[in-house]
Amino acid sequence: MRMRPTRLIPLLLALTLAAPALAETFERQLANGLRVIVKEDRRAPTVVHMVCYRAGSMDETNGRTGVAHVLEHMMFKGTPTVGPGEFNRRVADAGGRDNAFTSHDYTAYFQQVPEHKLGEMMQLEADRMRHLSLDPAEFAQELRVVMEERRLRTEDQPQSLLFEQLTATAFQAHPYRVPVIGWMNDLENMVPADARSWYDNWYAPNNATVVVVGDVDHQAVFKLAAQHYGTLQPRQLPVRKPQDEPRQLGIRRLVVKAPADLPLVMMAYKVPVIRNVEQDVDPYALELLAAVLAGHDAARFSTSLVRRQRLAVEAEASYDSTARGPGIFYLQGSPGEGKTVSELEAGLRAEIVAVQERSVTADELARAKAQLIAGQIYKLDSMFAQAIEIGQLEAVGIPYAQHGRLLEKLQAVTAEQVQAVARKYFNEQGLTVGELDPQPLPPAARSPAAGS
Amino acid sequence: MTACKCLLLLFLFLVTPVTSAAPPIERWQTASGVRVLFVESHALPIVDIQVDFAAGTAYENFAQAGIASLTRELVELGVAGMDETQIASRMADVGAQLSGEVDRDRASIILRTLSMGDKRRVAFELLRAILSTPQFPAAVFEREKARSLAALKEALTRPEALVKRAFWSAMYGSHPYGRHETTESLATLERADVLAFHAAHYTAPRARLAIVGDLSRAQAEAVAEELTAALATSPGMTAIAVPELPSSSEQRIAHPAAQAHLLLGLPALKRGDPDFFPLIVGNYTLGGGGFVSRLMKAVRDQRGFAYSVHSHFQPLAQLGPFEIGLQTKKEQAQDALAVTREVLASFLREGPSDEELLAAKQNLIGSFPLHLDSNREILRSVAVIGFYELPLDYLDRYSDNIEEVTLSDIKAAFARRVRPEHLVTVIVAGE
Repeated sequence: MRMRPTRLIPLLLALTLAAPALAETFERQLANGLRVIVKEDRRAPTVVHMVCYRAGSMDETNGRTGVAHVLEHMMFKGTPTVGPGEFNRRVADAGGRDNAFTSHDYTAYFQQVPEHKLGEMMQLEADRMRHLSLDPAEFAQELRVVMEERRLRTEDQPQSLLFEQLTATAFQAHPYRVPVIGWMNDLENMVPADARSWYDNWYAPNNATVVVVGDVDHQAVFKLAAQHYGTLQPRQLPVRKPQDEPRQLGIRRLVVKAPADLPLVMMAYKVPVIRNVEQDVDPYALELLAAVLAGHDAARFSTSLVRRQRLAVEAEASYDSTARGPGIFYLQGSPGEGKTVSELEAGLRAEIVAVQERSVTADELARAKAQLIAGQIYKLDSMFAQAIEIGQLEAVGIPYAQHGRLLEKLQAVTAEQVQAVARKYFNEQGLTVGELDPQPLPPAARSPAAGS
Repeated sequence: MTACKCLLLLFLFLVTPVTSAAPPIERWQTASGVRVLFVESHALPIVDIQVDFAAGTAYENFAQAGIASLTRELVELGVAGMDETQIASRMADVGAQLSGEVDRDRASIILRTLSMGDKRRVAFELLRAILSTPQFPAAVFEREKARSLAALKEALTRPEALVKRAFWSAMYGSHPYGRHETTESLATLERADVLAFHAAHYTAPRARLAIVGDLSRAQAEAVAEELTAALATSPGMTAIAVPELPSSSEQRIAHPAAQAHLLLGLPALKRGDPDFFPLIVGNYTLGGGGFVSRLMKAVRDQRGFAYSVHSHFQPLAQLGPFEIGLQTKKEQAQDALAVTREVLASFLREGPSDEELLAAKQNLIGSFPLHLDSNREILRSVAVIGFYELPLDYLDRYSDNIEEVTLSDIKAAFARRVRPEHLVTVIVAGE
């Protein structure tokens, strides 16, 4: 189904950077500004075709939150030449699968098809890049689907509610405060004109990157791209205001009450992300810190908080060093039996203090780096993961050509640098703490299933 | 007009090259009697191994529900000479990843490692120890039991978990497939129970090995021997009872969620059953084909009732379920249920149209290489072939088997397998 990844993704490893250059990557920019990146991977006769628009929920304005994602849904509702639902049907008939997702930073559409269907996919994507119909009746129907999606992913999910409230508290000025799917009231009041102006503003070849990974020849792909996308006219893009977050001046706390059994604490520390691949140091050290804390089963949170002290049934750390907006380093966990949220919060903080005072060991750092390298190789087993990686880096403004340097910079991180970032950013000043306060279900809801 | 469109589709279908991308599968048996399937692939420096035991929840004794998952969790948390942290550290040192799952039939241990000699040897040695000398330390047992209880209590507040439990109970009653762990069953488990469950189920005759990746046949054989040498040679396989079909029923469970969760279905299909192909081809049109299915069009596109709706067959060692599932705003649950039932009823009455049948075949055959485009996907398929003893040419024959399905096959298979008098419905958080 249509994905909508948030920034947290607490179940994933924190190391989400670039793949090693085992497969060759080629790049070209068309005259209309469209960038085309091709990675040849000939293991199976299939191809992933992805179009990334550099427009996500962080480009929305108040009262219209969620419009980036609603437009993503509308992209399947037809153009003058391809009727509503026809896009999906054409992909299915081609023996393919397709979907799309919206994030804070960008919006992406992708298909995986047998390699000889690439041209047809490009034709379809080029068509909807500039010719979307946005029929009002289709819009009204699809808005109801999106509200169901919000109920499914957020309203009925205590953890998502906590994350949404935490983010809205940590950020007050920067648009990262708004959930990607939008506030329900904004969805209820959205009109076709909102989607139309979003589309007109951002859907243009000069705001898009086409990524192709698979059993292809790059020269042939460039030719196909020029044929299908080359005729589209570029447009003047709106001015993007920086909307920098003002400095936080002390700890912020919030509580979310929702039906649940396990309490949950989430801590958000404000940290930097990569702005200059060569000169930056701290974001790489933060990636390694996240890996040492919670990158694998032998990492500190699991060993100390879950196993030794039994303070937590689960404890995670996550950080993404690549983003268009500001960075957050998350810690989260659910307390173990007989333990409280505040005891667990103290335990999580104590793990940070341990790094501040005694750094990390050479073994731990080596282990985290070994995981990182292995993870990059494992990623090569998925063409889709490779395409996402290229699209994401490009969307946040890091040329994929630099991905090898990113890896080298990560490998070069020292224990001193990890200790330095622990000291520099993990203080009350930049901290927001959210707690899920579980509310019991009404008795009628509890009895039947517990006994089944 | 209709005829025209039909011909066009037929034409498209015929000219689409049917690439059989199935990798060759090799098979042998280890000295200890474990059956091994192997796919050699040197494109990436990776080896994936899956060890499946007939040790899923269907083999639990009723009062011990929950023991299958707990046993699977504990096997990797302590072996002779190494505690859980040492195991996890060594795995991490070489960049290897250990994972697993437990379903009704299977308990799986899955290893992914780099294929370089110094890396893979460490990972294989750890896996060997996990298979042959698990220790189940008492303190680790108590901790993991407490964690399982905490996770279960949380799950029992979630509408998606409640609907699933009630659905399987309604379909299978007291049959092993209908069983669920409860806070009571988990609380009474003792370490000795886990030792006994392990001894009875993690044995050579109940094990299947699947290996995919950067090894030669000789290397793979050596690894398979090494991994399985110490497995016990008994007890052997035990059969799961044949489930009885339920009478049609409808159950409602109150819940404060904004959305109702609905599941409809019945026990329908075994692994290896010849009805498999007509059912999956037919189901593509009904609700398996994602955005282009009839359910998706009726429930999502035409009415905006749900973000997603699906129908699905899950073949198991015994009759596994056919299910239709969706979530919708509480207030419209009744309307969404009515639409869903109408789509199902009309499909059972008429089956797919000629165009729909062609489209289904075209997608299922055309997308076949997509399902085998990575070592991970190949491992998953090969493990199923091995565990359920499907023919070795299952993947080679897949496209032909799809191609041969006729409209009357589909109607007959659905008439046999999806009979409304056995259909159960569960609604959590409806009005």
